[in-house]
Amino acid sequence: MDELLRILRANALESRQDLARMLNLTEQEVERRIADYEQKGIIRGYQAILNEDELEENKVTAVIEVRITPQREGGFDTIAQRISRFPEVRSAYLVSGAYDLLLFVEGPTLREVAAFVSERLSPLEGVISTSTHFMLKTYKRWGVMMRQETSDERLTVSP
Amino acid sequence: MNGSLSLRNRLNRTVRDIPRSGIRDFFDIVSTMRDVISLGIGEPDFDTPWHVRESTVFALERGTTHYTSNLGYIELRRALSAYVAKTFGAEYNPETEVLVTVGVSEALDLALRALVNAGDEVLYHEPCYVSYRAAILFAQGVPLTVETHASNGFRLSRSMLEAKATPRTKVLMLNFPNNPTGAVMSRADLEEVAAFVRERDLIVITDEIYGELTYDGPHTSIVSLPGLRERTLFFHGFSKAWAMTGFRLGYACGPAELIEAMMKIHQYTMLCASSLSQKAAIEALARPNADVTEMLDEYRRRRNFIAAALADMGLECHRPLGAFYAFPSIGRLGMASHELALALLREEKVAVVPGTAFGACGEGFVRCAYATSMENIKEAMNRLRRFISRH
Repeated sequence: MDELLRILRANALESRQDLARMLNLTEQEVERRIADYEQKGIIRGYQAILNEDELEENKVTAVIEVRITPQREGGFDTIAQRISRFPEVRSAYLVSGAYDLLLFVEGPTLREVAAFVSERLSPLEGVISTSTHFMLKTYKRWGVMMRQETSDERLTVSP
Repeated sequence: MNGSLSLRNRLNRTVRDIPRSGIRDFFDIVSTMRDVISLGIGEPDFDTPWHVRESTVFALERGTTHYTSNLGYIELRRALSAYVAKTFGAEYNPETEVLVTVGVSEALDLALRALVNAGDEVLYHEPCYVSYRAAILFAQGVPLTVETHASNGFRLSRSMLEAKATPRTKVLMLNFPNNPTGAVMSRADLEEVAAFVRERDLIVITDEIYGELTYDGPHTSIVSLPGLRERTLFFHGFSKAWAMTGFRLGYACGPAELIEAMMKIHQYTMLCASSLSQKAAIEALARPNADVTEMLDEYRRRRNFIAAALADMGLECHRPLGAFYAFPSIGRLGMASHELALALLREEKVAVVPGTAFGACGEGFVRCAYATSMENIKEAMNRLRRFISRH
């Protein structure tokens, strides 16, 4: 992966000037490459990584395993995209193994997420079965530990 | 009458007369202050790779808590032999030519004691790691200092060595990539030195602890040059490239006779390196690449950043090519290194190490270690810029 993308993936707020210094490029070149990635759709957006457990919000997240039947034309894609369009579905992946789709679904209450599964997801044509797991606690997200001991145990000056 | 007992006079003269490391003094000052951003830390800010830590815990659970062979676990020596052959281009027999030590520091001490008779001269280059001169003196050797200069990237040349060597010179000590300057030696540079070594029939001790950390091209080890393997002790360890400083694990590779001599001292004084650390090292070598490459990329970005930031504020700095140190000249500020380091600490709470901690010719320079987060480096550079604009 381009080093520029790796830096941005770790910190999307890195300034153009600092990126230029780190990569030994001009700011214009950095600007051009980022614009290029955005335009090609490789950079899809920029978001903050939140520790949502710390927010007093009414929100539950369910991880849902879905078995689906591939369609005659479009295979898994047609049904997968149909499911992904629901705003409740935050992430959706096609996976190998005992089920086909892995969904991360958010809702304000357990009841509403359950309703989404029983009333919207399961009745879809092509959905064979679902298995829902409610998430209880987040330890790590997007490579970031949600609780990190920040103390640096190193001596402040050493040879 | 306890007060009359003078223990100082009972001390060994060499020990009594040798000053404490300048780093130590500076640490004592810094450690009394809060919220200091330290560019003074000579060890990686990365965590030891998790697979290494996890396997150390497993080794502890399994009861790997006993003495090992004096030379170290044979399994580890085999892995080291393969790693050194692949990475540094010299083949060593794991049965007789590899010794696992408590850090490179122990290897250095063993080698000097094994080689040096009282009065033998040891050539070494400054600015250099704080312990070289002391280690030579402890071994009753005579240190011959070769000063390196920013003007040629703190590299060594044949003529610099020729100007110092005498018929009593026995050993040449090298450390590239270099702490504190970040200098590296190209193959051509090393060939010159190697020719000199062969002609003068010297033994080489090469400390290549930063061997994985070069940023603009692969590292060349002097041991890979013709005729050098049979007269060279090659030192390396896990502190820098795997961020395992506290494990205290290093190793020496060299001709069997030299390793045997070092092993004798090691056997009587240390017995063996920590069994757990050795197990950790085996795990580290089992899959080193991903960990080291990631660190290397991050260090390169920081090197680029710090070099650009120093240039922007008008501080001359030879481009660091390896290790994780920048060694800018502070000459234009008209302050001595120690004075500047203290003022910067007091006024801006940024710790750098005065160049003089690494030898007298480090005067006029400070060492800025970039083994700290990019965030810290950015803030430290902002503060340094502010400091400079005031002075």
